[in-house]
Amino acid sequence: MATEVSIHCENLTKTYGSVTALAGISFKVSKGEIFGFIGPDGAGKTSLFRILATLLLPDNGTASVEGLDVVNDYKKLRHLLGYMPGRFSLYQDLSVAENLQFFAGIFKADINENYYLIRDIYEQIAPFARRRAGKLSGGMKQKLALCCALIHKPVVLILDEPTTGVDAISRQEFWEMLIRLKQEHITILVATPYMDEAVLCDRVALIQHGEIMAIDTPENITLAYPYQLFRIKSSNTLNTIRLMKEFEGILSAEMFGDTVHVSAEKGRINANAIIKYLSEKGMKVTAVSEADPGIEDCFIHLMKRSGVVSNKIKTP
Amino acid sequence: MVILFGMPLVQVLLFGFAITNEIRDAKVSVVDPTPDAVTHALRNKLFASGFFIESEILNSQEEIAENFRKGESKMVVIFENNFSGKMERGEHPTVQLIADASDPNTASMLVNYANGIISEFNREQRAASGIPLIIAEPRMIYNPALKGVYMFVPGIITILLMLVSAMMTSISIAREKELGTMEVLLVSPLRPFNIIAGKVIPYVLLSFINAISILLLSYYVFGVPVKGSVLLLLAESILFIILALSLGIFISTIANNQQTAMMLSMFAMMLPTILLSGFIFPIENMPEVLQWLSLAMPPRWFIQIIKSIMLKGSGISYFWKETLILTFMAMIFIVASIRKFKIRLA
Repeated sequence: MATEVSIHCENLTKTYGSVTALAGISFKVSKGEIFGFIGPDGAGKTSLFRILATLLLPDNGTASVEGLDVVNDYKKLRHLLGYMPGRFSLYQDLSVAENLQFFAGIFKADINENYYLIRDIYEQIAPFARRRAGKLSGGMKQKLALCCALIHKPVVLILDEPTTGVDAISRQEFWEMLIRLKQEHITILVATPYMDEAVLCDRVALIQHGEIMAIDTPENITLAYPYQLFRIKSSNTLNTIRLMKEFEGILSAEMFGDTVHVSAEKGRINANAIIKYLSEKGMKVTAVSEADPGIEDCFIHLMKRSGVVSNKIKTP
Repeated sequence: MVILFGMPLVQVLLFGFAITNEIRDAKVSVVDPTPDAVTHALRNKLFASGFFIESEILNSQEEIAENFRKGESKMVVIFENNFSGKMERGEHPTVQLIADASDPNTASMLVNYANGIISEFNREQRAASGIPLIIAEPRMIYNPALKGVYMFVPGIITILLMLVSAMMTSISIAREKELGTMEVLLVSPLRPFNIIAGKVIPYVLLSFINAISILLLSYYVFGVPVKGSVLLLLAESILFIILALSLGIFISTIANNQQTAMMLSMFAMMLPTILLSGFIFPIENMPEVLQWLSLAMPPRWFIQIIKSIMLKGSGISYFWKETLILTFMAMIFIVASIRKFKIRLA
C-alpha cells in the first residue's frame, strides 16, 4: 500500500528564455506521503508545482498525478487537486466564511460533509469569519488558504511555500495540521525554504538550480553526510569562520545563527585541537562540540559538491 | 513600451486629422421636378464647390423622408417647380435646403455653405441680366431647434456603455490574474466559459441599468425624443453591451495586469471611439484612411442605430445592416477571446 504511486515525474524540464527552471527532474511520490521540496528561492520549486497543478506545460518529460497525465488529462486532474499557490490567492474583498463558501462552490463540494478535514484549523480562524480575507494576518491567511484548498477533499494537496512569511507558532500549527491530514491518506507535496520543516516530511528532495541533489527520508539524508561536524560557539563568529578556513583539514566553515559549523574528514581532527588553535589565535571560544548534521548542513554540502563539479567542467 | 510611446503619436495624428470642422464631400440629394438651364447651373455650382457630392435625384416627398431615414444624404436641395419660368416672370423662385439636424453642427454648416453659394449665384445672375433673386429656404428636420443635446445623448450612451462594459470587464479579469486568484480558479474544475460568464453577467446588468438611466435622463430632463420603438432601442443596446463586453474580455486575455488592461481600454479603445465614431467629428470630414478605420469602430454603427431610432423613428429595416455588423463584430470578439483564453498560466 505504501508503494502505491501518487505522483510520478520523468525527466521534467522547463526553461524561461535563457533561464533554466527545471533541468530534468525525475521522482516518485507514494500515496499518503508528505513529500517536501527543500531549496532556496529560484531553485525551480514553483515551476515544478505549477506543472503538477496543470498550470504550466513542461518543455520536456512527463508527469502524472494519480495516474492522470498533467498535460492531456488536466480536466479530470483538476477535480482531484488541492493547490495553494505561493502567493496569497484568495479574494481579499470577501470575508473568511465567504471565501470558504466560494471555493466549496466552484468545486461543488459540501462544506458540512468535509468540515472534519479543516475543523482543527478553521476553528482557529473562525472568530474572524466575518473579517475580510485581505485584513487577516499572514498566518491566518495561510490557514484560510489551506482550508479553501482542502474543502473539496482533494486526493493530492500541492502547497507552494505555505509557511513563508508566517510566524513560528503558526508554522508549527500549520505543520501539525498537515501531519493530521496524512491520516486521511491525502498525498501532500510541500515546498519550503525552511530546513527545519524538512524533518517533518516523510521524504524530502533537496533541489537547487532546477536539479534534485538528493531524495530520501530526512534521517537518511543526514546519515549520508560524509564528514564529521563540529559546532563552535565563540565571541566573534565572522573571525572564527575566517580562521577556521585556514585550519588544516577543515573542509568548510559556515555560519549557523550565532554558531559556526565546521566539517572535516572523519577522525582527522577533534574538538580539543580546534579549541587550542582558536585560543592561540586569540579568540575567546565558548564551546566546541561534535554535532549531528542537520538537513541544512547536508544541503550546503550537496550544493558545494555540485558547485565544484560544475566548476571543473568550466575550467578543463 | 509600445503603448507608452506609440499611443501619444497615434493620438496626436488622430486629433490632428480628425478635428476638422470644415465639411468636405457631404452627401446631398436633389429634387428638381422641372430641370432647366438655371437649376442646372445652380446645381453645378453647388457640387463644384467641393463641399457637397451629389447622392441621388429624388422625386417625391416620400422619397425624401426615406432618404433621410436611411441616412443616405445629409441635406436635400429642393428646387421649385418651373424654376426658370418663375425667374423670367420676375417672381422669386425658392430653393429649399432641408438638412438632417440629428447632427446639428454639420447641418447648420451645410446650410450655411449652401446659402453662401446660392447668394453668390444670385449676384452673378444679377450682374449678368438683372434678374431678381432666388430665395433660399433652410429647414432642419429631426432637430429643428438644433439642440446639441440631440447629438451628444446617443454619443454619450455609446461611450458610457463602452467604458463600463469593456473597461470594467477587462480590468476585473486582469485583477484576478494580478492577485493570483485566477491561478486557483484555473486549477478548479471550472471551465473557461463559466469563469468568463461569471465575470461578465454582472456587468451586463450594470451596463443595462446604465443605459436605461441615461435614456430616462435624456428623455425627461433634456427632452430628447424617442420616436422609434423603445423595445428595439433596448434590444440594440443589449447587443452593443455584449459587443463591448466581449471586447473587454478580449483585452483581458492580452493584458496581464490591471494597468495594462486600463491603458489598453483607455487609449486603444476610448479615444478612437470618441474621435472616429462620428460622435463629435463628422466622419465625412476625415481623411480617407481614417474613414476606412472608422468602419472598424463598433460605436460608429451603434451611434447610427440609436440616432435612427431616437431622432428619426426608423424601424429595423433601415439599419439591419448596422445591426448585422455589430452582431458579427461581437461574434468575432467572443470567438477570439475564448480561443485566446488560457487554460494555463503563461
